[in-house]
Parts: sequence; structure tokens; C-alpha cells
Amino acid sequence: MRLAAFDEMLPEVSGLRRPYSAYDRWLKEQDPARLTEKMQDAERVFRKTGITFAVYGEQEASERLIPFDIVPRIISGNEWRRLTQGIEQRVQALNAFLDDIYHRQEILRAGRVPRELIARNEAFLPEMIGVRPPAGVYTHIIGVDIVRISEDEFYVLEDNARTPSGVSYMLENRETMMQLFPELFQKIKVRPVENYPQLLRQSLAAVRPQSTKGAPTIAVLTPGSFNSAYFEHAFLADQMGVQLVEGQDLRVVDGHVAMRTTEGYKQIDVLYRRVDDSFLDPLTFRPDSALGIPGIMDVYRAGNITIANAPGTGIADDKAIYSYMPEIIEFYTGRKAILGNIPTWRCSEPDSLKYVLEHIDELVIKEVHGSGGYGMLVGPAATKKECETFAKKLAAKPSNYIAQPTLALSTCPILTEKGLAPRHVDLRPYVLVSDRIQIVPGGLTRVALKEGSLVVNSSQGGGTKDTWVLDD
Amino acid sequence: MLLGRTANGLYWMNRYIERAENMARLVDAGLRMALTRTQSASEEWNSVLLSAGSDVTFSQKYSDYTAANVADFLLRDTSNPSSAMSSIETARNNARMVRTALTRETWESINEAWMALKRMLAKPIDERDLPSVLDAIKRETALIRGSFYGTMLRNEIFDFSQLGTYVERADNTARILDVKYYVLLPSISWVGSTLDNYQWESILRSVSAHRSYRWVYDADYKPTNIADYLILNVRMPRSLMFCYRFLSEHLKFLGDDYGERHACHATAEKTQTMLRAGSIKDIFDTGLHEFLANFIRDNTKLGDEIAQDYRFN
Repeated sequence: MRLAAFDEMLPEVSGLRRPYSAYDRWLKEQDPARLTEKMQDAERVFRKTGITFAVYGEQEASERLIPFDIVPRIISGNEWRRLTQGIEQRVQALNAFLDDIYHRQEILRAGRVPRELIARNEAFLPEMIGVRPPAGVYTHIIGVDIVRISEDEFYVLEDNARTPSGVSYMLENRETMMQLFPELFQKIKVRPVENYPQLLRQSLAAVRPQSTKGAPTIAVLTPGSFNSAYFEHAFLADQMGVQLVEGQDLRVVDGHVAMRTTEGYKQIDVLYRRVDDSFLDPLTFRPDSALGIPGIMDVYRAGNITIANAPGTGIADDKAIYSYMPEIIEFYTGRKAILGNIPTWRCSEPDSLKYVLEHIDELVIKEVHGSGGYGMLVGPAATKKECETFAKKLAAKPSNYIAQPTLALSTCPILTEKGLAPRHVDLRPYVLVSDRIQIVPGGLTRVALKEGSLVVNSSQGGGTKDTWVLDD
Repeated sequence: MLLGRTANGLYWMNRYIERAENMARLVDAGLRMALTRTQSASEEWNSVLLSAGSDVTFSQKYSDYTAANVADFLLRDTSNPSSAMSSIETARNNARMVRTALTRETWESINEAWMALKRMLAKPIDERDLPSVLDAIKRETALIRGSFYGTMLRNEIFDFSQLGTYVERADNTARILDVKYYVLLPSISWVGSTLDNYQWESILRSVSAHRSYRWVYDADYKPTNIADYLILNVRMPRSLMFCYRFLSEHLKFLGDDYGERHACHATAEKTQTMLRAGSIKDIFDTGLHEFLANFIRDNTKLGDEIAQDYRFN
């Protein structure tokens, strides 16, 4: 099936769009053979630097590259301003929601979000009730997935408020583009993204515990070098100039979290953790976990360490909560959401379930807690048999699923052997929250490389593009 | 400030880079012997395996000591944890783990070495290609060393890396000598025959010293000179003395930086003093084999103490 989609460079109706005009002029002067060569150069650069990710369950291809496309995705300054306003509002609401949920729960009292959605939710951490993190920030680093449908319609697909990944690709994609096409950046004013690591470091330092004396010691916590996103963990630690630690390096010493160094234990003030909640503290969460730091939650509750993002933030980006985001935004900011939600059927509600089962071949159905494009059904692209199998799973545990209409995500051209060809894209800008909200002008554009495909996840054959925000 | 785990990773990364190169050099020496001798070369290949510490695991897999088998086992067999391929793989895994401690150039050179070897050693090595494969392995490790020396800050990260390099190198040189010590013993009756010239050259070749030897001594191979060169010469980059000079130096830097001395400092200094005061005559008098066995034991002890004192693992 092919959806009539809005192309961001060359829409069928109106012709070449303004943000792409300078790029298009440049492109027309290029020798196609040279572009193909550049494409291969890019792959070599990525291999050499070891920018790879692991694919679980694939023995042979255990280290793979995320394919990179050399045609940039271009966003005008105006479009970006509108997006950032919407994102800022959303991120404010997310933090306010988290604070409320773990304290007075006004939004539940007001009946705007059903109580059982929180109480029965695995992402809700009772351990966080009454805990106020340093500087009052719960979710410090957020990746908001945005899709575009037309010239004016942007929707939020998902709020990643736990440990969003991919920012290293945003940075390396830009680095690669500047190496491949230096002349392009002379011609076109693209807003820089490379100060993200400094901003991240400043942002983390700003939310240090009050008791910290002097400059805070910051560390990035990784599950280890076999994790699929290890490259990014190492990259960020490196770029920020902070230590990259694993659970085995850490322990609680005298009421603080400390890392084992060649000179003994040294205190850590801010931990940018890239492990899931359940792997944080085996004493509190999972006794069988070898990845966590026993007792870190006690240190946290005593206010002696900042954990970014805070434990329990998953309750805000849960796919079942997502459908309430318009209400949540209005409740805390007093205004209508600037960026819309995609209409969502909560399969836990009998009427919705009935509708979803009847229209399964038209909808996208996702697991409430799933991520990475695993465990989802794209109805229009699925066979009849796949739909039937999925319907059984859905009927067995409806509360585990939500459904959304199949949207015609906007397309951007990619370079193929036969020249430019449109492919569906989404966008993940990265947001930093401390005493202020900062959004780096750009983000990660993920692109479904297969013709007609709507799944942009790298684990499902998606690629990436450099994302330009124009300085106009 | 350095994580104990990072120090450990740096140490082993460098031990394995050194090991990969040593494997190539050992095979190179064996190959040269096999080409220049008229008799069966299986004896020579066996001593190559002994020097590599891989004789037992080899015999579990093969019964023939041929160039093809030994080269395959020591260069590309991933079931042999010390093969050049396994060593580079382990070095790269460690480098990945300590990536934030390395310059981009160093990491990329290790990553590229791994990619090159993986490609080159994907299929069994054709005997005609063996010399070029050996060259390539030596070149890749030289590139790693070059980017490492050229770009790394001389701080604790550098010190722990160098400790790994020199502990491994000292162990390797001592083992090569120990496997061949009987060749160097002057009492053996066949000294003077043409055979031992090859044997002696093979020893020098396995530490890439067959040419430099002639610059330092003279064109004649003399057992005492060869032993002196590999054990006591402070200018020869693979001699035991040279290794201990740098082991002591880097341990001293660490001691000064951290303001603390440990057991490993005493062990390294003791060995260095012993080497500095030693003469080759004394060593031959007490027995070359005994001397080397003691040395290897103390060197292993030093490695353990470094790990203990600096909170590795």
C-alpha cells in the first residue's frame, strides 16, 4: 500500500519548498557519480570511528552501522520556532505531571487522568512517592518524536522521557556532512548542534545536589560495552569530559555514591544514567540485577546524588498515558497543547477495543511498554494471517495495547542508485531541562529506507539523516 | 583520576596489542627457519609454539607441525585465545571499554587494525601470502603504536598502558630465550656447526633484532653476546633490561602522581637492580634456564601486584 504523503522537499502540488531551494541549486550542479562516491566515504567514516550499534539476537551482524543518507532534512527557522514552543510547553507539562504524580496527585483528584492507569502501571515507582529530586527536575533529557503530515500539521508521536538515545548520531551525522561537503555549509547557514555535549554538561551541573561543594563530579552510567547503545554512552562521556562508569565501579560509601578509581573511592554528585529503572538499585528494584548500585536509592532519597533522568519518569512517557497528554498539558500549563497528539484508541476501553479489532488492518497497534519498533503491528502492511495472530494477542490482554491511525508520514528524498527517491521520516529533537529548557536546533531524523515503509526504527531497517535548522 | 576498571582495560589492551605483534614475529622466525633448513622443520615449529605458550593447545588440535597448521593456529584461530586475531579482538574489546580514555586516533587505529585483520584472516592463509600477512600484522600494530605515542597525553592513562606493553614484552622475550636456552649454552658439543648459526639468527629474528645485533656487536653470532643483548642491553627495545627500565619509570610516575608507593614498586625496582648489576657471565654460571624461570615468575608477580595495588577489575 502507498499513502499519498507530503514531501518536504518537492511536494506534488506546490513544487520545490523554500527551505530546500539553496540546497537544490547546489545539488543540480553535482555530478551524480561523485555523490555516490561521497555516500561510500560516509560509510567508511562511520565504520572507522566504530559508530555501530548492536542488534539483539543477530549473531553474525552483532555490530552494524545505521545507514546514513547524505541528503539533509531541512527545517526553516520559522518551522523550528513553532516546534520549539510546542516542545517547551510539553516538557514543562511532563515535569509538572511527574512532580504531581509523586506528590499530591491533583490531576487524579481532578479526574483528568484515571487513577487506575497510574496505580496499576509498572512504570509508576512507589519508591518515588514524596521524593523531590535536586532542583525539582524529574526528566532532564527528553527526546520528543515528532511526525509531520502536511505543510502545517506536526504531531507528537511519543515522548521519550526515560533514557532517550540517538543524540550521538545527530552529532556524528553533522560531523560527517561537514567533512563530506564543506562547501555546502559555506553556502547555506545551518544552525550548529555541536555544542550539545557542553550544554548537557552544564545542564547536569546545574541540577547537582544542594550539598555539593565546588564543581560537581559527573559520570555517565552504562550497562557496559555489550549494550546496543554503548557507542553513544562512551561518546557522550568523552565529549563531556566525564567518567564512563558501570555498576561494578560504583558503591555507596559514607552516604554518597562513589566510583572505584586507581586511588580509591571518589564521590559522584550527578549520575547521567543510561540503564533502566529496574537495574538501578538491586536492593530496591531487582535483587537479581548485576548492573545496579546497592543502596543508591537511599542516597538519592537523602538528596546526596542527582540521577538523570530521575527514577520513575517512565510513567510520563508510557504509551497509555500518552493519550492523555492534551489533558495533562492543559491541566498544568493552562493552555491548549501547541503540538497535537495523534488520535489514540486505548484498547483497555471496551468500545475502543471493539473498534480496533474491527479495523485492525487499517491501524498501527503498539505495545504500551514497547519500544524500538518491536512488538507492533502496521495493519495496512501486514498480511491477513499476521493481523489474525495479532488480534488474538490483543484480545488476550487489551490493556497492553494502544492503536493509532496509519498516518502518511511526510517524506524526504534519499539518494538511491536511481537518483533521489522519497522515503518516510520522523524527527527527534533533544531537550535539556535544568533551571531552564534548552533545545538544540536540529535533532535526529530517522528515515524508513524501504520504499513505502513507515517503520523508521534502526532495529527495523531504518536509517538516519543530518537535520538542518536554517538560520533564517 | 582513573577508574580501576579503566586502568585494567588499558593495561590489557596493550598487553594484547603487544601479543598480536609477537605472534607475527614468532611465525616469521619459524618460517625463515623452515625455508633455510633442509631437514624437517617440525622441530623449529614446535619451539615456536613453545615460545608462544601454545604447544599444549596446538597438540590437542593437530598432529602435524607444518607451517600451514602453526600459522593458522597462531595467527587466525579464534579458539586460540593468544592468536593474533584473538589478541587484536581482545585488545579492541578493551579499547572499546576504555574508549573515553583514548584519543580518537588511537581508537581508530585499533579499530582499523581489527577490521583489516578480520578481512585478511577470514579465510585460511595461502602459504604464498603468509609473508605479506605477517607484514600486515606488524604494520597494523606499528600504526597503533604510532598513533598512541603521537597523540596520547603523558599521564596515568599512558603509564598504565605502558605497564601492559612492557610486562607482556618482558615475558615474551624471556620465554623465547628460555625455549632456546640450550642453543646458547656454550658447552653443547655441536657449537660451531653451521646449524647453530641459523638457530641463533632465529632467536634474534623473533625479537626483530637480527640486524641491530650486528650494529652493536659484530657480524659473528656469539651465544654470550646474544644473551647479553636480549637480557642486559639497555638500548635494545625488547631486552629485559629495557622493559624494566620503563616499567620502573612509569611506576615511579604513578607513585609520584598519587603520592603513594605499593608492593609493585619494590618488585620492579628489585628486578631492575638485579639486571643492572648483573653480568652475562654470572647468569651463565648460575644457569640461564634458572635465571629465566625466576625472571618469568617475578614478572608475573609484578603484573598481579599492579592489578592489586591499583584496584583493577
